[in-house]
Amino acid sequence: MPFLRLVFLSLLLLTACGSEQNDPYPLGERGGNILYAAFTERPKHLDPVQSYSEDEIAFTAQIYEPPLQYHYLRRPYALVPATGETVPVARYYDAQGRELPADAPAASIASSVYEIRLRPGIRYQPHPAFAVDDAGHPWYDRLDREQLRGIDKVADFAKTGSRELLADDYIYQIKRLAHPRLHSPIFSLMAERIVGLRELGATLRTAAKTLPADGWLDLDRFQLPGVTRVDSHTYRIVLHGKYPQFAYWLAMPFFAPVPREVDRFYSQPGMAEKNLTLDWYPVGTGPFMLTENNPNSRMVLERNPNFHGESYPCDGEAGDRAAGLLDDCGKALPFIDKAVYSREKESIPYWNKFLQGYYDASGISSDSYDQAVRLGVGGDVQLTDEMREKGIRLLTSVRPSIFYQGFNMLDPVVGGLSESATKLRQAVSIAIDQEEFISIFMNGRGIAANSPLPPGIFGFVDGEAGINPVVYDWVDGQARRKPIEVAKKLLAEAGWPNGRNARSGEPLVLYLDTTGGGMGDKSRLDWLTRQFAKLDIQLVVRSTDYNRFQNKVRKGAVQLFYMGWNADYPDPENFLFLLAGSEGKVATGGENGANYVNPEFDRLFEQMKNMESSGPRGAERLAIIRQAVAVLQRDAPWIYGFHPKNYTLGHVWLHNRKPTDMGNNTLKYQRIDVAARQESRQAWNRPVLWPLAAMAAGLLLLVLPAAVGYRRRERGTAR
Amino acid sequence: MDFMPVLLWSDVLIWLLVLASVAFGALSSRNPLWRGAWRRIGRSRAGMASATVLLVFVAVGLLDSLHYRPRLAEEPGQGAAAAVYGVEVLSVLDALLTPLRTRTEKTYSAPLATRAYAKEAVDVRDADGQPRQIRDHPRLKYGGAHLGADEGGRDADIGERVLRACGLALALWSAVAAAFTVAMARARGCSPAQAWRRIWCNESDFAGNAVLGALAGLLLLNLPLALLAGDYHVFGTDKVGQDVFYQVLKSVRTALVIGLVTTLVTLPLSIVLGVLAGYFRGWVDDLIQYLYTTLSSIPGVLLIAAAVLMMQVLIDTHPQWFTTAAERADLRLLALCFILGLTSWTSLCRLLRGETMKLRELEYIQAAQSFGVADLRIIARHILPNLMHIVIIALVMDFSSMVLTEAVLSYIDIGVDPTMISFGTMINNARMELAREPAVWWSLLAAFAFMFTLVLAANLLADAVRDAFDPRLAGAA
Amino acid sequence: MLAYIVRRLFYALPILLGVNLLTFALFFVVNTPDDMARMQLGVKRVTPEAIAKWKADRGYDKPLFVNAAASGSGVLTETIFFGKSARMFAGDFGRAEDGRDIAREIASRMGPSLAIALPNFAIGLLVTVSFALLLTFFRATYLDFWGVVLCVAMMSISTLFYIIGGQYLVSKVWRLVPISGYGGGVEAWKFVILPVAIGVVAGIGSSARWYRTIFIEEIGKDYVRTARAKGLAEAAVLFRHVLRNAMIPILTGVVVVIPLLFMGSLLSESFFGIPGLGSYTIDAIKAQDFAVVRAMVFIGSVLYIAGLILTDISYTFVDPRIRFH
Repeated sequence: MPFLRLVFLSLLLLTACGSEQNDPYPLGERGGNILYAAFTERPKHLDPVQSYSEDEIAFTAQIYEPPLQYHYLRRPYALVPATGETVPVARYYDAQGRELPADAPAASIASSVYEIRLRPGIRYQPHPAFAVDDAGHPWYDRLDREQLRGIDKVADFAKTGSRELLADDYIYQIKRLAHPRLHSPIFSLMAERIVGLRELGATLRTAAKTLPADGWLDLDRFQLPGVTRVDSHTYRIVLHGKYPQFAYWLAMPFFAPVPREVDRFYSQPGMAEKNLTLDWYPVGTGPFMLTENNPNSRMVLERNPNFHGESYPCDGEAGDRAAGLLDDCGKALPFIDKAVYSREKESIPYWNKFLQGYYDASGISSDSYDQAVRLGVGGDVQLTDEMREKGIRLLTSVRPSIFYQGFNMLDPVVGGLSESATKLRQAVSIAIDQEEFISIFMNGRGIAANSPLPPGIFGFVDGEAGINPVVYDWVDGQARRKPIEVAKKLLAEAGWPNGRNARSGEPLVLYLDTTGGGMGDKSRLDWLTRQFAKLDIQLVVRSTDYNRFQNKVRKGAVQLFYMGWNADYPDPENFLFLLAGSEGKVATGGENGANYVNPEFDRLFEQMKNMESSGPRGAERLAIIRQAVAVLQRDAPWIYGFHPKNYTLGHVWLHNRKPTDMGNNTLKYQRIDVAARQESRQAWNRPVLWPLAAMAAGLLLLVLPAAVGYRRRERGTAR
Repeated sequence: MDFMPVLLWSDVLIWLLVLASVAFGALSSRNPLWRGAWRRIGRSRAGMASATVLLVFVAVGLLDSLHYRPRLAEEPGQGAAAAVYGVEVLSVLDALLTPLRTRTEKTYSAPLATRAYAKEAVDVRDADGQPRQIRDHPRLKYGGAHLGADEGGRDADIGERVLRACGLALALWSAVAAAFTVAMARARGCSPAQAWRRIWCNESDFAGNAVLGALAGLLLLNLPLALLAGDYHVFGTDKVGQDVFYQVLKSVRTALVIGLVTTLVTLPLSIVLGVLAGYFRGWVDDLIQYLYTTLSSIPGVLLIAAAVLMMQVLIDTHPQWFTTAAERADLRLLALCFILGLTSWTSLCRLLRGETMKLRELEYIQAAQSFGVADLRIIARHILPNLMHIVIIALVMDFSSMVLTEAVLSYIDIGVDPTMISFGTMINNARMELAREPAVWWSLLAAFAFMFTLVLAANLLADAVRDAFDPRLAGAA
Repeated sequence: MLAYIVRRLFYALPILLGVNLLTFALFFVVNTPDDMARMQLGVKRVTPEAIAKWKADRGYDKPLFVNAAASGSGVLTETIFFGKSARMFAGDFGRAEDGRDIAREIASRMGPSLAIALPNFAIGLLVTVSFALLLTFFRATYLDFWGVVLCVAMMSISTLFYIIGGQYLVSKVWRLVPISGYGGGVEAWKFVILPVAIGVVAGIGSSARWYRTIFIEEIGKDYVRTARAKGLAEAAVLFRHVLRNAMIPILTGVVVVIPLLFMGSLLSESFFGIPGLGSYTIDAIKAQDFAVVRAMVFIGSVLYIAGLILTDISYTFVDPRIRFH
């Protein structure tokens, strides 16, 4: 029987190879200085103009180098130069072009200027776009479809070259933000800030119309007045007004360099059909370059041979030294030769492969949580003994994000700033026990939020001063959720005693919109219904697909909804703007899904928006933020849910890991002890062979009577 | 009134289906050909045993198809306002299983456990009154709560209950068996002892021994479950502490609706189109062939996914249609049935078309045609009755495949409403639990056992029905 | 023969048109072009201008089926439907909404899909047919009875259980093969073996039982009795006569699915993380990538029609009496 043969064959193969039968990687990679990681969502865009999601930035941040980066170890997050010589300091000018002092009031500032000086001698990764002939003319600049025959990936081009990083490359990329055929998510935001960018967008749009569909739009033919070249290694960006958060943007790949010849190279006819685009094969100066791009199963980053060199930082936060994070001080980066990212869509295989040692690090999904982590005495987290035996280490950090349930402030029942509606919202805010939610559904991986601001963001206050007085009391040195009776009382005052309308006796029915699907959804919704039932409020959950949900929020056709926000940069403005009246979703299509408008809050927000957190006016800014947060807590336009905590596990052979949520270019700091990894993998992956033998025996038992019967029958018919 | 009856659309269809099958049974018993077929089924032991098992499932499903909304407790100060009913829609089954439904623990617990599955930090007080935290499996709120502090007595308690249940089962079974024997003896005019022997020696034309055997098995399995379920979680609890036993019982209705209503949708379509195409030929045939070739050439999952998404939009844009979440989920279930039906009528249609083509070439139909009998009359009198066996076979054969399909569809998120308990949603959740360490296996196992029993019984019955109705096999078997 | 095939191919055109129309109608009732734009542009900071730009860029700024504003034939041609369908019939699938070339993507995913589907199909067919022959050989004995019971039991188990259970035991508990993933080249076997084995086992129940019915029906016929009367051994009768004559019903069911093997298996691909066409399709549905869904539906129908034609042709090989005109 063929099946039997298959079993025997595999048995043979198994015994031949011994241990690590379940190694998902090619044999040739064993023992290499390679980091193994996984990605769940396939990155859609690797072009720095378009990539914005975390899955994409995980790759682009290793390849592209914007002028600035976040310091790997220091907290609070600090910007340090990457390709720039220093972190630029803005110079301010008034409407007449006179320079103003740094502490000038924001209203008087007409423009701010950032001047960035690049370090000399930085070179790009080898790439065919840089290949030149003896005369210095680009080798591959007149390709057509015929010449591209037989070429399927960038590695198929015979010649490559490199060149020095210049200021022009940065300027070219800023112009690309306005490119009519690319869709930069930050174009409209930056068009308001960078002088002339909006106009450039309009010009380019008209210019693109006259071009053939696959024609190249040479951006150097167009001027962007807000971005100028000072010399070959220096450029200047002019912004409207004051925008102190701009420096953070300069640490994102949106402001990475893109050389004109690369853009030219990829826009030749026939390239796009073969996926030879910047979206697929990024080109940068960073420590790594993308050598294999198969977003369905495997992405490979390899060390850039032309990397300009950088050394491991020698200072950090208190405790970094004890944690061994400073051991590699001054050593040359990067440490690893190669990083292999495999696609894991499902959490189960991901987790199991991590335990088998085939991934060097892993997050913890809530399903594998019990196995990995336990809460110690006093609420601190520890690894389980099983994990510790394996030498696995745990890293935790609170992410600069917030998950919340928003009330639609335009809704006749829960919306509006009237006292009754406010009390209704406050009552609900008390009733929904976020602590329980976190403990059941997040396994404690989060902290309940008191305001939109997560820890680590300027304006966050810990302890008694920071609690939300509407929801919590301060008892025995810790925040305690107010008892449900308080909520019931508030609800009664709001005109809904025991969940019934005081006048008509109708029950209070609230509608919650969520995006459906996914694991454990049903149980989460059941839990939520129970929370509302505590106030005798009937909750109806309407789960819809993502688009429909967005649409409803946009039209204001929701009552309660689940949402979340990840910070773009570590500044309170990036959170509080989610509630600014000017960002109203229904009114302006902005990010304020709750459509909350409170003039008092808006005034405070406008005030704090353009202030620096550090320096002399920091205290003043903090005071304004505190006031604004107090307004939000009172009005309760959101149920402040929680700030999720990141728990990641790393194997003992992986060194120099520190949780970071802002800087993404962390791959270069990682170091691997290859020998230790090899040893552990061998020990953990001894195959269990008896079931195969048992299966073979079982099959034999089945076949035997059949064979006996067969012979008897044959003889029977023969006779 | 303490409740307001709620008539969901699927309830209507289910009860209509019950009525229709009763009517069909009555009608077919007049037709000698059919009576013979029914008798053949009655003689099939596997068929009758599985029919007995299926009846239990159907009973559970029917109990779960009588819905109502309980009245909310009157507020003291509110006076004689109009009665207010909760938004939660319950069924008679829910009412019967109230303890199972309401006794939810905090999170996972193993079958028959008295303590939670995972350790938790518990506050205890030392001897000297100091509060201290230790890690332990916390005691369940309901599971084995009647034992009090005497957790060690659990095994004895369970053993005693099982024994009691077995005794009860035996007594019940003897009573039923005796009644059956006496009835049999009456009908045959023989002594009960003779009747008894006939039953067990398979000498009657009804497989009474199979029915009694299945009944014994059912009683022996279910009575202990029933006795234990009151105070334990017999199949454990899921992530939010809901009783798994309750969930599997609720899943039964979903499976039945999917299996039965879907075929109900397919039947009219495939019969009408198949017969028309086969009988009239010509352009009618061409058109119908075009229709089903086009439909069946689209990969099934894609068609279903697109249709489900479309229906989802329709539901989402008209929230005013539904007063309760149950109605919404119900409509989605029905829509899923319709979609499955619309995508699966093609094969039966093709079969019927071929058979009709064969039939219309028969001499007596040719003769009827040449006498000028109206086409519709010919179809109704001569063609349809001769197709019925194919229809019945298809109906029973499709049932189990539909139940299996539901599970797969729910896995790729295009199945039933996520708030609706079904085998698919249970498996989908349980899949994750298996990856835990130690694995949470009971949800998966419970869903597996129930689904397997249901589908196996359905398949065995389908076989019996096919053997009985298929004229080709009727002689052979 | 050739004329017949050409005619069949000609008939395929209206079917493909119908399929295309249906997918279009279904998809655009679900999605407006606005929805698609929003889905593709991501979550944060999406402005109305960005959406308008995206739509104009990809030709979604026109009406769906009828363009009342256009003149002459433009009423029908300057629409999304015409613009998107015309090129597909020419074999150009265009690019996915995220900008990637669909034809290339399909080509690169075909390998993994076939690596699972082909062995699954071939081994499955072999195993089930031999199993069914075995049952037929032992018909009306206890072996046959329990074999059929086993078949019914096996087909009553959901595929999901086979996959979940198999993956849990073989990969996790026994550590015999990698849990998931796919690698090209020689080492692909260790990723392929488990999904294939599970696929074969899951398919045994229903197919073996079906084949058995066919064989049993065939064995009751007169020519078999004649053959036996000639004194042929039972095995020879089974292989030489029964199997041969049962080919037509088997082929009807089997050949149709051969071309569809290219479409991959949805469930195993998604459980085992195999980057094939099945998971491509599901991902596209989830991401509402209309271009991909349409292309996959189109290819699926083409393959299905090819399968029908192939079935007819295969009949002539099995039974030379069949001729097409």
